[in-house]
Amino acid sequence: MKQIYFDNAATTPVDKEVLKAMEPYFLVEFGNASSIHNFGQRAEAAILKSKDIIADFLKCQAQEIIFTSGATESNNTVLKSVFVDFKGHLITTLFEHPAILETAKYLSQNGVDVTFIKPEKNGLIDSQKVLKAIKKETRLISIMYVNNEIGTIQPIGKIGKELVEINKKRENPVLFHTDAVQAMYFLPMQIDRLRVDFMSISGHKIYGPKGMGLLYIKDGLKLKPLLHGGHQENGARAGTYNVPGIVGLGKAVELLSKAEHQKELIRIEKLGNYLIEKVMELEGVSLNGDPQNKLPYNSNFLFKNVEGESLLLKLDLAGIACSTGSACASGSLSASHVLLAIGIPHEEAHGSLRISLGKMNDKSDIDYFLEILSKSLTELRSFSPFK
Amino acid sequence: MYSKEVLEHFKNPRNQGQIDNPDVIGQVGNPVCGDVMKIYLKINQNSKDINKSKIEDIKFETLGCAAAIACSSVVTENTKGKTLEAALKINKDLILKKLGGLPLPKVHCSMLALEGLEKAIKEYLAKH
Repeated sequence: MKQIYFDNAATTPVDKEVLKAMEPYFLVEFGNASSIHNFGQRAEAAILKSKDIIADFLKCQAQEIIFTSGATESNNTVLKSVFVDFKGHLITTLFEHPAILETAKYLSQNGVDVTFIKPEKNGLIDSQKVLKAIKKETRLISIMYVNNEIGTIQPIGKIGKELVEINKKRENPVLFHTDAVQAMYFLPMQIDRLRVDFMSISGHKIYGPKGMGLLYIKDGLKLKPLLHGGHQENGARAGTYNVPGIVGLGKAVELLSKAEHQKELIRIEKLGNYLIEKVMELEGVSLNGDPQNKLPYNSNFLFKNVEGESLLLKLDLAGIACSTGSACASGSLSASHVLLAIGIPHEEAHGSLRISLGKMNDKSDIDYFLEILSKSLTELRSFSPFK
Repeated sequence: MYSKEVLEHFKNPRNQGQIDNPDVIGQVGNPVCGDVMKIYLKINQNSKDINKSKIEDIKFETLGCAAAIACSSVVTENTKGKTLEAALKINKDLILKKLGGLPLPKVHCSMLALEGLEKAIKEYLAKH
């Protein structure tokens, strides 16, 4: 049976070049980067090289980067460090990834004043609403760069720019963090354009290894470590350096700066637009999020009178892997918090399906998908009491 | 996450569809929760003992997840041809056994299918 992977926003495979770069660091160059001897020095050199590659890509300094186990750790580090005393005010949004949302709720339960900005119906955060929510006690704003479920691109650069002006008049500046996991592969990432103080990145969304991420911390700012222990990362993050992971992440980022990557983005953008055009020709379907301000590679559709998990399984039985924000697939019983946040009613939110494209996909995959999708919708709708 | 029995019923649901001129219909669930089940019954009335009337035909329509569809299928399969009193004795454990178990968050689907059946039968009994 044909196997098609349409869930690249959940995770991507490791690129062959990334794997090749990592391999020696398991078997031959296995030294602990904190050791003084030659094995350790070679491991340390590999880490520094990775940092240089990434710093070059983000247009920041190498010492502004710390490696983490992934974006969940990066996000937790920022929020729990800025609010280590459980005081002050945090601004975030209602449709963040759980790694922010749940951390913000934890802070809120312990005394932090948290404002959750509601996204607009088009899946975008209104920058003015964010800026208006700033109070004297505000310490941090945390907003995702691209929403993981619907692919909408948030105005990070715009908020960052205005915040610089606002901070000029403040005694205590409002810090700015973005969870940029879903943007890294697709969008400009230069720190001087985004004007953020902190940024979280994950390896496994960009054809790098799982369990590997980073946190950008603007020069001059200091965060309390989430993990206490050794003096790695200048005391910012304890734990033996994951050298193969770090080398893999560096390689994955290096590939993003190559000319082939720009060609690949154009290729999958065309595929994504073709997919949207064809799916929208079907009956009882709508696209979530503003088409002009979303990534064309990540599309979330609502299908009328179909339950998302049933549809997901029908597609899976035909070899197509995608995802749904449907409650029934997630183990909880409430519908996707993202779709509810943008004002989709519960009864409609259950019928969602997310297709996220990647390197491995081509037009024949989409044509096969369209054929199976159309059949599955007809069948599932025939099961439904609503016609 | 699903057993092969659940997937089998999901792929080939038994008694799916509508009955023309049914004697009673039971509908449960609501679209807000994501699951709606509609059970149609055609009943061969026993004039001596109404409880011994037989379910001549049963069909379902379900908007819901794979577990909801599979549960609807199993409930109809195990009640067709049975008397009303026998049908009312079918419980969640039997449905779960026939389906080779359900993931914990899905167990409520089996309850919902039984509620639909019970609602239809009780409505029929109240009318006759």
